[in-house]
Amino acid sequence: MDFMVFQYPMITVQACLDGILLGILFALIAYGMALQWGVMNIINIAQGDLVILGGYIAYFMYLYGIHPAWGVIVAPVIMYFLGVLIYKLVINKVVDRDLFISILATFGISILFMQLMNFAFGADVVLANSDYGTTMLFNNNVVLPNSKLFSAFISILFAICLVIYMKKSKLGRAIRATAQNARAAKILGVDTEKVYAATFGINAALCGVAGALISITFTIHPYMGLPYTIRSFMIVIVAGLGNLPGVAMSGMGLGVFEEFADYILGTEFRIGSVFLLLVLILVYRRFKLSRKREYLK
Amino acid sequence: MRLNKIILSFVSALIILFSTSVASFAKVVGDKIILGAAISLTGKYSSNGVHTQNGYNMAVDRINSMGGVKVGGKTYKFDIIYYDDESNPKRAAQLAERLISQDGVEFMLGPYSSGLTKAIAPVTEKYGVPMVEANGASRSLFTKGYKYLFAVLAPANLYLDVAIDLAVEKNNGKPVTVAMAFEQDAFSQDVRLGVLDAIERTGSKKVIDDKLPKELNDMAATLVKVKQMKPDVLVVSGHTKGALTAIRQIAEMKVDVPMLAMTHCDAAKLSKQHGKNSQYALCASQWHKTLTYKDNFFKDGMTYAADFEKEFGYDPPYQSAESSAALLVFKDAFERADSFDQKKVRDALAATNMQTFYGNIKFAPGGQNVDKPMVLFQVMCDDSGKCENKVVAPTKWASAKLIHPVPKWSER
Repeated sequence: MDFMVFQYPMITVQACLDGILLGILFALIAYGMALQWGVMNIINIAQGDLVILGGYIAYFMYLYGIHPAWGVIVAPVIMYFLGVLIYKLVINKVVDRDLFISILATFGISILFMQLMNFAFGADVVLANSDYGTTMLFNNNVVLPNSKLFSAFISILFAICLVIYMKKSKLGRAIRATAQNARAAKILGVDTEKVYAATFGINAALCGVAGALISITFTIHPYMGLPYTIRSFMIVIVAGLGNLPGVAMSGMGLGVFEEFADYILGTEFRIGSVFLLLVLILVYRRFKLSRKREYLK
Repeated sequence: MRLNKIILSFVSALIILFSTSVASFAKVVGDKIILGAAISLTGKYSSNGVHTQNGYNMAVDRINSMGGVKVGGKTYKFDIIYYDDESNPKRAAQLAERLISQDGVEFMLGPYSSGLTKAIAPVTEKYGVPMVEANGASRSLFTKGYKYLFAVLAPANLYLDVAIDLAVEKNNGKPVTVAMAFEQDAFSQDVRLGVLDAIERTGSKKVIDDKLPKELNDMAATLVKVKQMKPDVLVVSGHTKGALTAIRQIAEMKVDVPMLAMTHCDAAKLSKQHGKNSQYALCASQWHKTLTYKDNFFKDGMTYAADFEKEFGYDPPYQSAESSAALLVFKDAFERADSFDQKKVRDALAATNMQTFYGNIKFAPGGQNVDKPMVLFQVMCDDSGKCENKVVAPTKWASAKLIHPVPKWSER
């Protein structure tokens, strides 16, 4: 246990800011997961692997001399079509089945992607340099890499665009209608098959954006996807489906929680503490649920 | 119908049985000495696994083309059976078992990484198969009393203690403060133990002792602490991702520390991925091409590097060099034993005392190589941004002078 984070107020500020910036990025990935979970009732275990794949797209642009920041435009386009393809090949066969089948199917996709990425890109840890420099605050006591600020800004931008798209566009309305009641939407002339494909594509595109941002801020590696899946899963179960402000808040909350766990318990418990929190939240929700049931009796 | 099925399965069982027995080799076939190796050709160690395989192949070709191995007045050539262990210790142990009991291999080469070597060593030990390994440095490999395990490389606890000594020397012999960040795997923890020994020996003080997770890609928290505590030395070991993450975040967060020492810079291609940001980082290495060790097969480091580059198209990392050295050790041992008897070869290996382009090789009773010190190189860049690794310690092999303390970020 190390309580240094509370002894120096500047470290507390640093931890909070780092956590919030990180959390915004998590929230973007989680939003994609919430979207497809809500619309198609599918929990996508391959979410993190789609993120990493997006990261590789930015990385390859960087290798060929294009600034990796353009990855946030290119990666979602490529990933959208990949998402639609995955839907057509696999997901459409499990979309009406129960949750367990879809988890198995996406788990399989996850393993496949990991191995394919390892095969295609090698097992090296890679990153894309943005050379964005650093912002110093409070007399140089708090440092914020501009790449993290950039990631947070782009994540917010994409989230806002998506919200507007969902509200205003025809497809957006169709997606929301399908989420509310797929059968009714179908009766009223919505092509749910198309809606599902688009939803999966949009989710993959969001993962692509997040991945490109992660390759700029952190590092990517074929086997690094799972922690991102777990984080987004957790954010979604805390926030609930179809609750964007909730997703954003719980994303940032998770980011700050992780940072503090890192300072207090040590870096080795960072991911571990996320898993622990997940268990606690699940137990708590179950507990709450069982009380409600009793009440109903 | 049913009868047909039974016959069919019986025949296919026979075919499988035959195909495995036909494929099995004896230790020495004709003029060939068959060595076995399980190597990570897929999975998370696949890049270093390939470096290892390239190193083995390079040495096999070289030794074969330069007259082979002379045993009992006859000339033999090396050949290696490879299996892919998928970077998985369990699989590696199975494959070792298969190499020995099915393929009849009687001499083994090591896999990549300490973890996999640890998985294989009990198997080779059980069957009394001599194994020369080049990529397992964990100290725990050499404290189990293995009799048939020989490692051409220096053990992990020696990786970074040189850096602490160097920092003390630069501090006019006075103790220093040390911040440490190590991944929680066998190898990095051994490196940590070595650093702790050095800290104790020099009367220095550790101010931060962080453990890094396997999924590490953010060590900002550790670096914020480093900023606050201002240690004299920051030591980081967490394989490739540790090295890459550290350099990226140290540069982004403008962390000023007089000495930064790491492992795995070679494999991380540090200066290629980070350019000038990686400047002044000190890296522990088993080998560097500018070292002036010599042998008859590869001449010296520079020639080895040039030949390797010609054949495989990249500069050899030390993982390749040490793997090549393993074959030189086997050749030497076979010739001195003048026999293929496993026990005799094992004794010959234990008595090895030779110089290769990779360094001097002499095994301690535990099997580790005690005659080859680690070297530290420093990443140095010129004004055009071209970076090079220059050996700075130990002084005997230094090709450049250590730049110490590292200039502050505000002055760069």
